[in-house]
Amino acid sequence: MRTEFILNGKKVQAEIEPDILLLDLLRRLGCLSVKRGCETANCGLCTVLMEDKPVLSCSILAARAEGKRIVTMEGMQREAEEFGAFLSDEGAEQCGFCNPGFIMNVFAMLKELDDPSDEEIKEYLAGNLCRCSGFVGQSRSIRKFLSYKKDKEAGI
Amino acid sequence: MKQYVNQPVRKLDAMALVTGKPVYTNDLASMDCLIVKVLRSPHAHALIEDINTQAAEKVPGIVCIGTYKDVPHKRFTMAGQTAPEMSPYDRLILDKRVRYVGDAVAIVAGETEQAVDTALKRIKVKYQVLEAVLDPHEAKDGSILVHPEEDWEAKVPVGGDNKRNLCASGTEESGNVEEVLASCPHVIDAVYTTKANQQAMMEPFSTYCYKDYFGRLCVVDSTQIPFHVRRILGTALDIPSSKIRVIKPRIGGGFGAKQTLVSEVYPAWVTWKTGRPSKMIYSRYESQICSTPRHAMEIRVRMGADENGIVRAIDLYTLSNTGAYGEHGPTTVGLSGHKSIALYRHLDAYRFSYDVVYTNRMSAGAYRGYGATQGIFAVECAADELAHQMGMDPLRIRELNMPLQGQPLHAYGDVDIAESCTMDKCLARAKEMIGWNEKYPRKDMGNGKVRGIGAAMAMQGSSIARVDVGSANLKLNEDASYTLNIGCADMGTGCDTILAQMAADCLGTPLENIVVFGVDTDISPYDSGSYASATTYTTGNAVVRACEAMSEAIRRLGAEMLEVDFEATFFDGAYVTSGSQKISLEEIALKGCCGNCRELNVTRTFSSQISPPPFMVGIAEVEVDTETGSVEVLDYAAVVDCGTPVNPNLARVQTEGGIAQGIGMALFEEIRYNDKGQMLNNSFMQYKIPSRMDIGRVRVEFAPSYEPSGPFGAKSIGELVIDTPCPAIANAIYNAVGIRIRELPITPEKIAMGILEKKRKSR
Repeated sequence: MRTEFILNGKKVQAEIEPDILLLDLLRRLGCLSVKRGCETANCGLCTVLMEDKPVLSCSILAARAEGKRIVTMEGMQREAEEFGAFLSDEGAEQCGFCNPGFIMNVFAMLKELDDPSDEEIKEYLAGNLCRCSGFVGQSRSIRKFLSYKKDKEAGI
Repeated sequence: MKQYVNQPVRKLDAMALVTGKPVYTNDLASMDCLIVKVLRSPHAHALIEDINTQAAEKVPGIVCIGTYKDVPHKRFTMAGQTAPEMSPYDRLILDKRVRYVGDAVAIVAGETEQAVDTALKRIKVKYQVLEAVLDPHEAKDGSILVHPEEDWEAKVPVGGDNKRNLCASGTEESGNVEEVLASCPHVIDAVYTTKANQQAMMEPFSTYCYKDYFGRLCVVDSTQIPFHVRRILGTALDIPSSKIRVIKPRIGGGFGAKQTLVSEVYPAWVTWKTGRPSKMIYSRYESQICSTPRHAMEIRVRMGADENGIVRAIDLYTLSNTGAYGEHGPTTVGLSGHKSIALYRHLDAYRFSYDVVYTNRMSAGAYRGYGATQGIFAVECAADELAHQMGMDPLRIRELNMPLQGQPLHAYGDVDIAESCTMDKCLARAKEMIGWNEKYPRKDMGNGKVRGIGAAMAMQGSSIARVDVGSANLKLNEDASYTLNIGCADMGTGCDTILAQMAADCLGTPLENIVVFGVDTDISPYDSGSYASATTYTTGNAVVRACEAMSEAIRRLGAEMLEVDFEATFFDGAYVTSGSQKISLEEIALKGCCGNCRELNVTRTFSSQISPPPFMVGIAEVEVDTETGSVEVLDYAAVVDCGTPVNPNLARVQTEGGIAQGIGMALFEEIRYNDKGQMLNNSFMQYKIPSRMDIGRVRVEFAPSYEPSGPFGAKSIGELVIDTPCPAIANAIYNAVGIRIRELPITPEKIAMGILEKKRKSR
């Protein structure tokens, strides 16, 4: 079957099998930032944005993306660099394998929550696993990024 | 000149990782790769009577299928260790006998995943199902043999005997333990049990193979041990290792899992046979059921102290379950004694004995801590029990007995005395951070919840003494930049960066002026690999030596260009000077590429006679719900002596990550089987690893010593940091509710049942 959707701002058409998962289609289309860490929707590594909302691309049929806007990290390079600088200044990017899914969910959180508390951050990102960092450095980087954003908005 | 060592430098590969660049094995595999999968045994123990692949071969897109009839009949081990390996040669790529649920039965390669999945279902196997030995207590000298084969071979005598289900056994002792224990007024005798845990790195096992223009087998592999993979694949495929090239791209975590071959042999066999590129990317399900988890151990500790709290004797027996194959079996068990007994410095006698047994469970392997984690859990719980028996503060017994700089480390073996050690500072500071005197032992919150605090000490090694080899090749390029070529594997922890930091300081050059390359076994200098907490220490020492040799080479060419005596020259990183004359590095580098016979290319190799231990103290504050038994780790104070922290940010994150893994091991991680030997929790849905909701406050500080044999005074950190949470949390739970749980993980059920039992007894 044929499907058409907006991938990172560009219209794409693809010939797909009816049972192909969005994760596998995105990787086939060259979006290799999208990672698979499990098959049971537990790790968050495959998180992408669908209509601005974070979704687990391992648990969505590619056919469901029909007509939708899908954004992967390939479509948010500038933003990833901006936040990624804070993450790596803590040394918390570590092996990096969970980074794309985690960072995409951070972007979704920043869009959804205004000035989130530490508890809200933890809850929002609870589905993004990381085995290297122990999460503490990730939290530090988010806090520092939030205050940088605030300063930037205030023109400091 | 800017200094880089001991600075929180950003990882050199950070930007590629945070922007999701395609740098991992599966990202690099070509699109035309054959998909390789393995048919796995549904039985814990069976013989393949007949295997029919005809129907499977007819599936469109199937390219090749292999059974035990098609692979070399030469046993080997998949353990990534320096040859001759301590682990027994007990494997074939595919065997007629299958030894655990998940053991490999057939290899299938095809053009699409769908074709391969269909073919797997069409292979007909007739098994003669055999009785399995699942309980490690029944393994030694039992009637069921896991490895009855005649060609089982131990390359190194480690007390193994396949006809007794023994992978290894032995006893080490000093003094008369029985006599000293008999003279101790206070003795603890208890058994502690640790379970198998999955490393659960985020990137599953991944291997991609292709043949190059010389017909050689090129293996792009997510591994910690590129050079061992090269050797082991040669043995397994029965081809010269010179035909094999291993390339390590970026690795999505290892934690020891990738110190053993897991996915490698199958696509290697396919590509060698068919000449076509192939890849094997494990699913999480496969990563859970057929990989290399931590050895489950049962450890009996007898520990005796005099009336003043001086620990005078430790007798420790470890029963380790290596599962179906012996990878890392003989070596992990050693650390359960060596790294735990040595925590008590006044011993008049000790004994450490062990049996490592085969069972029909998943083969165990290397996991961060490598036996030390298990042994330290046992000994550090026993020390608390001993203190409680004496009515002594558990921190006091440690203050009286802990390792001190210049004092002996009994049973350790790889240094006689601790040349660098700030365990005393670690303990004092952790005690202060947590507020021990105010909080010990407990605080009843009045709402059914009770808080308690508990502590533990730990030590590890820095490389395997007299075995591990690290190398660094350094060349000065035409543009006056340097290329640092290393053979150790950065698996995300940042060794590429910290070794470049060292090189920059040694050479007096900006970090940006150093290009790091690693690892390609055709190009990189030999390195035994990234394990045993070796990289910073061993390869770091090689880097320092390579830089010294490079500085000398630069001075020699500079002296020649200046026409001065070499002895009179000085190199400051930018210029070679001699009195008032000087010549720039740029000019020397250019000269190196024009009419020059002097190599600006050096390699240095290092192996250490000793393995200086890093030390740490961890103190946990937990809150126990006395109604449900649930535990929350509220606060964790950790103080680490890793010598000089080469990169404080990376050292801190290592510590935080190790503590998080340790919390998982302490509270919920456990590989469970049913009575048929099938693994029950074979996904992340059932095998829970800590999420950010499970980690409370974690505070890490350093109390750096200076290790005279280390590069810039550094020791290791990677493994040490997983060792304290299990005993510290167990001790904190005891201090909170008076329930001593000696078996990991400490689940709410165990605590709730313990509380009920205690109530029943007190009635």
